[in-house]
Amino acid sequence: MSLVNIFLTLAVTHGTEVTSTAVRVRFAKQRLGLPQKQWRFRVTLFGVNGISCKGQHKITLSKPFVEQFEETPLLVAVLTYVGYGILTIFGYLRDFLRNWGVENCHVARERDEQKDFVPLYQDFENFYTRNLYMRIRDNWNRPICSVPGAKMDLVERTSKDYNWTFEHTGKVVKDVINMGSYNYLGFAENTGRCADNATGSTHKYGVGVGSTRSEMGNLDIHEELEQLVARFLGVESSMAFGMGFATNSMNIPALAGKGCLILSDELNHASLALGARLSGATIRVFKHNNMVSLEKLLRDAIVHGQPRTHRPWKKMLILVEGIYSMEGSIVRLPEVIALKKHYKAYLYLDEAHSIGALGPRGGGVVDYFGLDPKDVDIMMGTFTKSFGAAGGYIGGKRELIDYLRSHSHSSIYATAMSPPVSQQIITSMKIIMGEDNTTLGAERLKQLSENTTYFRRKLREMGFIIYGNNDSPVVPMMLYMPAKIGAFGREMLKRNIGTVVVGFPATPIIESRARFCVSAAHTRDMLDTVSHRSETADVLQAWRTGKAFQYMLYERDGGVREHLGSASVCFLQIPKLSSPGATEPTKSSQKC
Amino acid sequence: MLFIDYSSAFNTIISTKLRTLGLNTSICNWILDFLMGSPQAPAYHLVLEGILILWIIRLLFSKTYKLQERSDLTEKEKEDLIEEWQPEPLVPPMSKDHPSLNYDIVTGPPSHKIIVNGKECINFASFNFLGFLDNERVKQKALTSLRRYGVGTCGPRGFYGTFDVHLELEDRLAKFMKTEEAIIYSYGFATIASAIPAYSKRGDIVFVDEAACFSIQKGLQASRSFIKYFKHNDMEDLERLLKEQEIEDQRNPRKARVTRRFIIVEGLYINTADVCPLPDLVKLKYKYKVRIFLEESMSFGVLGEHGRGVTEHFGVNIDDIDLISANMENAVASIGGFCCGRSFVIDHQRLSGQGYCFSASLPPMLAAAAIEALNIMEEDPVVILIWFRFFIFMYDLVNKYFQIDSYSAVKSVIGEVYAPALHLQLERSSGSRDTDVRMLRSIVDYCLERQIALTLARYLDKEERFLPPPSIRVVVTIEQTEEDIEKAASCIREAALAILK
Repeated sequence: MSLVNIFLTLAVTHGTEVTSTAVRVRFAKQRLGLPQKQWRFRVTLFGVNGISCKGQHKITLSKPFVEQFEETPLLVAVLTYVGYGILTIFGYLRDFLRNWGVENCHVARERDEQKDFVPLYQDFENFYTRNLYMRIRDNWNRPICSVPGAKMDLVERTSKDYNWTFEHTGKVVKDVINMGSYNYLGFAENTGRCADNATGSTHKYGVGVGSTRSEMGNLDIHEELEQLVARFLGVESSMAFGMGFATNSMNIPALAGKGCLILSDELNHASLALGARLSGATIRVFKHNNMVSLEKLLRDAIVHGQPRTHRPWKKMLILVEGIYSMEGSIVRLPEVIALKKHYKAYLYLDEAHSIGALGPRGGGVVDYFGLDPKDVDIMMGTFTKSFGAAGGYIGGKRELIDYLRSHSHSSIYATAMSPPVSQQIITSMKIIMGEDNTTLGAERLKQLSENTTYFRRKLREMGFIIYGNNDSPVVPMMLYMPAKIGAFGREMLKRNIGTVVVGFPATPIIESRARFCVSAAHTRDMLDTVSHRSETADVLQAWRTGKAFQYMLYERDGGVREHLGSASVCFLQIPKLSSPGATEPTKSSQKC
Repeated sequence: MLFIDYSSAFNTIISTKLRTLGLNTSICNWILDFLMGSPQAPAYHLVLEGILILWIIRLLFSKTYKLQERSDLTEKEKEDLIEEWQPEPLVPPMSKDHPSLNYDIVTGPPSHKIIVNGKECINFASFNFLGFLDNERVKQKALTSLRRYGVGTCGPRGFYGTFDVHLELEDRLAKFMKTEEAIIYSYGFATIASAIPAYSKRGDIVFVDEAACFSIQKGLQASRSFIKYFKHNDMEDLERLLKEQEIEDQRNPRKARVTRRFIIVEGLYINTADVCPLPDLVKLKYKYKVRIFLEESMSFGVLGEHGRGVTEHFGVNIDDIDLISANMENAVASIGGFCCGRSFVIDHQRLSGQGYCFSASLPPMLAAAAIEALNIMEEDPVVILIWFRFFIFMYDLVNKYFQIDSYSAVKSVIGEVYAPALHLQLERSSGSRDTDVRMLRSIVDYCLERQIALTLARYLDKEERFLPPPSIRVVVTIEQTEEDIEKAASCIREAALAILK
């Protein structure tokens, strides 16, 4: 019996009037019956049939909110650390040899004239790059020479000096299945309406602007784009910026400053962290998607005020992302909104990966949960991903946008967005909204959601450990060991599949992973091929969970109730599982 | 249980023995009575004593005073505090007529002829120095790229966002600048702002010109380094700071060995429109062992015989500059920026430049447009020469009209004849920045009416480290004819006479 069904049963047995916003089921450390393996799952479940949150929102989800992060098996963790240990020892050995000239050193050297300057880099700064990253460098920055669509062409390159330099062989690796690009809705296209319209605006405007928005770079096409974005998001007004990264890093400082408190999720993107740092506000970090941690910070902040002076905070800003790009998790938005309202904080939602990719209308997490966009103070997102363009936006109340127009670093100092890029966004957004009088957009949204479910199910059935939410098109698959990062990436490329592999420092040290980004442009065949070939590659590679995905609820020992602002959350403690063969939960109810 | 059973033990043995010991009968009776008459009493007593002993132990082991102040807020009090707390509004209220709230709307391309607020004007505001914005060749190259790659890259450079066009552009830029390596960013502003914190960390020292542009300031802030500002283009002031630092270093040589030092200057300052004294800076660099980072957004494509910027302009060996950064949004008329220099320096950004690693890469069509612009610049360095003629002409005009003309209250600020963009400031400030800005804005509006598109130089008043005085920025491009320039100059003069009188 699948997990989904279990939760459906759970909620249905309890009746439709589930009063909590969320039910989190925490599996305690438990033995699966498999010898010497410990498992822990965290499963998150949002309501099923119209859960009311503070009596204000009716959240209707067609599917339960299931999110899983399997704890790294102990053996794997130990092996992974051993792997890093060996790499480090070898690294030191080779550094020693390089130092004595036994081994050729390929690192670019300081000029002789500047040898007596203070070294530009600390020696240990590049240890990781030299000795770990360099071994598997061929898995990143692979040059492509086609549209980054469902399939792409890669420039073939070889290295004669163990990845220190690359040479292009002049050949092209054709038709590599692209599981790496954030092309969620498949708008990375060089034909079709988007490309045609972008061509038109290139003819009309040229590609540059040559001025900032506030000076002489405010083109009519920008105004049109902003009105459309506001309509798409369901907010009063919006503003578009030329770079997604800079949208965060250059606008947060306009919204918060000294005496303000920024509460940031620990896994937030570098741009949010940079923006928060540039703002000069105090930053506190809460555990990833953990509402208890967030609430504690909010309460403490109001009760204790600023450190040392004990003055009350001027304002509090919560920074969260819609979909977390490395975890594949979806923000627990209804709870965040409930907390934000109760504690009068402001909410900054970064929908870089979720806009277009989630929700029945492609409106991101707000749409996914069926919430009111007005409850989110700052709706931020990027155009890079689902829209196949570049740049970012901020949407919200008119006062907010007016303020940004006159105080955002970006609008005053940065060159305005390129006209053909703006046009690409306008056209793709209109297609998603159905304003082109076709159902193309709706079909893409449906396709993406189906592909996501299909691909996730497929990988899970094969027994891979994957992270994240069932509905998230970002699918991280755990590799754990550093050697597997490189090997998996290479083996997949041999099988004509382009995947992204990531390790430390982008992830915790023992949680290296491969990441697949599902697109509406992928066909069933492609996804089958990918999962199949993952399996082939897996002979060497990926860590399988064995029977892990037959986990189930077994017996509930008693609910621990915790009051969470206005929302109550239940933790169900499940003390033990029976044998892994048993599939039916013998007793499943919940107490809220 | 043992204690409670005492009574029976005493009963049999001790009562008789007490008497034999010669105790008074009444006392014996009292003891017997006490022990047997109320069997609960000793138990109760013993419990009490036990508690007392525990209490004493606790007192002995507990601290006699408490260090932390007691914050005995009850849940209720906390709730009240939470109820009571009112945040400031997310954004402060703004008046509808805030000078930078209502943008001028440009309909159609922002090229030589520009339609501002419905009025066709000659463009003296966009940084389209070399006129590549509406260059047919550039457009065609961009379109070819669009037809091949689509618009967006859908990923950062690391994750299938590196296109062959990007590699070509990096290669071309490195060759054009005659450096070992170049790295491109997808946004001009983010270029230097990402490059600085990639090298300069907490504890390092950066010497910066006071007139440095906003993106340098943001980069410095992100680096968390120790920042020392020197007076604009004042080499003596810089040397004073360097000497101070040298003395400081001698005092603490161990720290000095790991403290990196940088001088960050702009080639051609956007805020003051003058050129940095690069040869002097290079001398200071070697004298005090400080690295130089040079921001060339305004000077790239404009200064020097081939448009390579201030290094070429002064004939300075480009290898003496540790890092050069520039955007491709002004002279190149595309989007994005680049850094170039020796591989030893530049390559580090591929893993440490935040705007490079964590941002989607530059759309290939914009990279292709930049390549074509470079092609034209390489093929035809004459454009730069023609260009010189124009702004010298402009310079003369402005001089003629504003600096010598005593009727006018507008003064021009041009540090160098080479500046492609010059600032017009008020000769006499009214004393209030707001009024000054409004006055200059009326001059701009007056000129807009007469088909000359100008713009105020915009700043964030509260964010700038050293806020430049309000000014009108006039940009000269090679597309403007002599008549255009003459018309603009006389129009500005007219406006100044009409408004400032």
